[in-house]
This record gives sequence, C-alpha cells and structure tokens, in this order.
Amino acid sequence: MNLPLLPILLLVALAGVPLLSPPDYFMHLLITAVLTAVMGTGWAMMGRFGLVSFGHGAFLGASAYTMALLWNELGITPWLGIPVGVLVAVLLGALLGYPCFRLRVVGHYFALVTLAAGEIVRILVTALREHTGGSLGMTPNQAPPGGGFLAMQFGKAGFWWVALGAWALALLVWWLLDRSMTSKALAAIAEDEDAAASIGIQVAREKLKITVISVAFAALAGALLAQYRMYLNPESLSGLGVSLQIVFGAIAGGMYAPFGPSIGALITIGLEEALRFGFGTELTGAAPLVYGVLLVLFMLFLPRGIAGLLEKRAPTRKPAAPAVQLAE
Amino acid sequence: MDLLDPFFLEALVNGILLGGVFALPALGLNLVFGVVDVVWLCYAELVMVGMYAVWFLYTQAGWPLWLAFAACLPLVSLLGLLLHLLVVKPLLNQPPINQVLATGGVLFVLQGAATLAFRTDFRSLGVDMPPMEVGEVFVSGTKLAAFCAALLGAGVLWAFLKFTYVGVAIRAIARDREVMPLMGVDPQRIYLIASAVGGALAGLAACLLVVQLDVHPFVGLSFGPITFMICVMGGLGNMLGGFLAAFLMGLIISIGGFWGNTEYSYVIAFLFFILTIFARPRGLFAR
Repeated sequence: MNLPLLPILLLVALAGVPLLSPPDYFMHLLITAVLTAVMGTGWAMMGRFGLVSFGHGAFLGASAYTMALLWNELGITPWLGIPVGVLVAVLLGALLGYPCFRLRVVGHYFALVTLAAGEIVRILVTALREHTGGSLGMTPNQAPPGGGFLAMQFGKAGFWWVALGAWALALLVWWLLDRSMTSKALAAIAEDEDAAASIGIQVAREKLKITVISVAFAALAGALLAQYRMYLNPESLSGLGVSLQIVFGAIAGGMYAPFGPSIGALITIGLEEALRFGFGTELTGAAPLVYGVLLVLFMLFLPRGIAGLLEKRAPTRKPAAPAVQLAE
Repeated sequence: MDLLDPFFLEALVNGILLGGVFALPALGLNLVFGVVDVVWLCYAELVMVGMYAVWFLYTQAGWPLWLAFAACLPLVSLLGLLLHLLVVKPLLNQPPINQVLATGGVLFVLQGAATLAFRTDFRSLGVDMPPMEVGEVFVSGTKLAAFCAALLGAGVLWAFLKFTYVGVAIRAIARDREVMPLMGVDPQRIYLIASAVGGALAGLAACLLVVQLDVHPFVGLSFGPITFMICVMGGLGNMLGGFLAAFLMGLIISIGGFWGNTEYSYVIAFLFFILTIFARPRGLFAR
C-alpha cells in the first residue's frame, strides 16, 4: 500500500499552522471547521450509499455526554471518556441499525427511524437535567492546576493537532474503504438490494459495517467538539437541527468525493461566521434564512455539491467513489 | 390500578383530544406524501406560519377571530402551492434525499423568516373557553372545540376524496402513478391540487393549534417529528390508518404523562414508532 504523497504533505503543512502563531479567533474557526468536517465525512461514508441518516446528532450527543458525565461525576479523564463515549454511540448505532437492515427498513423509512432516534436522545438529555443540565447545557469541570493535559484541557494548538489527527484518520478510512470489497458491495446494494443479495452479498452485515464506521467518526467529532468548547447542550449535540446541519455540510461540499464534506464544513462554518459578522446578533433569524435558501439552491442546481463541480472540470480523473444513484 | 380514577380518565380524554390535534397535520402530510411521493420536512413550519398569521391578524390587525381563521386557510394553501412549484416540482425526478433536503432548507427559511419578523418571543392569542365538567372529569373547552373542528375537517377531506372527481383521481394516483396518465389524468395537475389541499389542512391545523399553544419560530419542532411518525405508522396513502395512528400516539403521550412525565412519554412514543416500523414496515393497519 502506498499512500498518495500529496495529502501527507498537506497534513504536515496544516499541522504547522499553530507555529505561525495565528490569531486565536482564526485557530478557533479552523478547529471547529475540521471537527465539523469529521462529522460530515463520517455521515457521507454511509450517506453516499443511500443510507441517509437524519439522526447523526444522536451519536454526537451520546458520546459527548458520556464523556462529560464520566469526567464530572466519576473523574474519569476524557482520554478514556472519549473512547468509551464513541463505544456507547457505536452500540446505539448498531442497536438501531441492525434491525433496520435485517428488516429492510430503507429510504424514507430509514431516514424517519433515525430522525426518531435523534429526537429520543435530545429529549432524554433534556429530561435528565439533574445530570446533564437540561436545555441550559453543562460545562465539564475545570481540571486542577497542572492537570490540564491529563484532563484533555489544553490550548488551541493542542486541540488543532487532535482534530487534525481525527480528520486524517477519517480520510484514511475513506481511502481504505474505497479500496475494499465493502464499498463495492455497498454500491451494489444501493443499486439493487435484491440483486446484491442474490449474488451472495450479505446486505445487513455490509450495511452494519459502514454504519458502525460512520457513527464512530460522528461520535468522535462530537465528543472532541464538546471538550474543545467546554460546553454541551442538547440543541447543538442532538436532535433534528444539528443532524440536518451535518447533512447540509456533506451535501453542499459533495458527498461522493473524499474531500467533499470537508469543503462543506468550510462553507458552513465560514457562512455561519460571515452571517454573524454581517448581521450581528440583532437579526438572529437572518442566518437560518440564508442557510435555508442556500440549501434549497444547492439541491436545485448543484445536487452533487462543490466537489461535483470539480468532477466536471476534470473528466479524465474519475472520482474514486462510485457514482451511486440513491435508491429508495 | 383503578381504571375509573378520574385523573386517569382525564388523561384518557386528553389523549383523544391530543390525537385530534395530531390528526389534521398527519392527514395533510399523508396526502402529499402519498400523492406526490415527497416528504415535506417543513410541514410543521407551514403550520407555524399559519399560527403567526392568525395571531397577527387577530391581536395586531384587530380582525375578528373567525375572519383571521378564514384568511389563514387560503394563505397556507397558497404557501403549499408555492412550495410545490418552486421547490418540489423541479426535483421530482431527483433522488428522494434531495427532495427531502430541499424541503429541509425551506424549514430553515421559514424558521429564519419568522425569527426576523417576530423575534423569538412566545406569542399567545389569549383566547380561552371555560372548561366543562363531565362527571368528575374536567375537559378543556378550547381543546374540545378544536377536536370537533379537526373531526369536521377530516370528514370534509374524506368526502372530497370519496365523492368528487378530483378526489378519486387523487386516490387513484396514490395507488399507481404510471397508469393514471394513461387514463387521461394529468399528474402535474393532481400534484398541484394535492399540495394546495395539503397546505389548506396545515392552515386548518394552525387555527386549531394557535388557540392551545403559544406561537414561536420553533414551535414546529414540538409537533413536527411526531406528525411524520404518525403519518408513517398509519401507512403511506392510508388516510384512515393515519387518523387512527394519531389517536394512538395522543393516548400514548397523554397516558405516559399521567404515569411519568411528558418528556418520557414522548420518548416512549418515539420508541413505539421505531418498534412499529420494525414490526410492521407498511404501517400499523396495513393488510
């Protein structure tokens, strides 16, 4: 296996960004964008095979709250809490996914089941307010002096490297998936489930595999984002709103290309900040308004996202991802 | 446990009344879903716009309440038409996910527009009817009136689908969208009509909800997800199923709230939905 050289050079260059001592605000945007990119990349891993989840917010919430509660109530460091949180989210995803795939819940139905799951997590987080702070949110306890590293509470540079690592891992997994039988099996399943099953593809198992991977990345990014912000609330970590935002990022960037969701994350974060600067806090409704209009326009005129635009410009280089038409 | 406990009876009655409230938007959504085969993710937000319309016309413009109600229906119906023409129609041949996401974009647009226009304050109509006492059970007059109106609306819809030419065409196209064009029915026209009727039902639902709930830009999120679930549980295109599922969900939430609290009862309702999809993917009442 020889990894392409260019991405590795890019990664090294990006890792050097904090050494230029950029302004804090710039670093903050970069970290948020990269973590959002990990969520979107995770979502697109299954989204591009027609497994459209409207409940990925549930997995952000499951891992982030597991991590924060382990730290606040039992004093278990996020270094352990995050893997445990991701495991909890993955179990949740498998618990939801396995019956769906076994019983052939597909298309609209699958989307609505995941939507219900996202809402369940949001309501549970709100209802368990004695521990989670309900809709007011919660903050992880400050680490004792000198214990910052152990509690995963370090400066922007540290989080940048952690986030970059997660992002690189997500892209590596995408790259490996594209070279695996799983992705070919899933492409076949997306085209025609019966035909795929008839040539010996184990439909439920392949779907479960990709779901577990996808959920794990969303959960990892959710926990890291919560830990970086030092603040958790149900609206930003579960439920329909944030789930739709993840989907929007992936779609706007283009979910069929490995870098697509990352482009989408840059767009969503950039847009959010630009709107905040442009309209200030006075006109709070303007941001979702512009956001929604853009989502509609993307669907109407650019359904394959920005990355889809690049595909057309360079027709000789076929995208690694199979051009799957999302089957119902 | 004593089934004749007045509090339990009250929860039972409230559940049925709540079911009536869910029934209308579920029917409207079901109509559009069944006929056009597109999920209007922003359906609850159409209802929200209608609620704001009634609130604005009644408390700000000083219209009589019945006139505000009467204006709300055509207004939301028009919104449904616009939604179909501007967003859904160009995407009819696209994969379902693209259609759903586009209407999801409209959801953000409507929420944003409402926030811009009316800020995030909770607005109340301030209309209330005295509660009625039947035996030992108190029944909210407003809820009962809304329930009756919902039943009436559902009845009119049923008669429309059953006895009019357009209604029959709508039901036929929901059954088989390939054969109907051969029978001389223009699907595009039927889609338009279904969208307008779906919008009108959202308008009616808005009139019934605005007397019970405070309006704010995110009010749609409080009943939107459950409406989708009711619609799917009843079975797509199965109007009667959707209607019954609405009452089932209303009862689950109300009785769950009687034993525990309302939040957990919504969790139970959503879990019930997921299990229903696993057990009966074509809807609870599918044959």
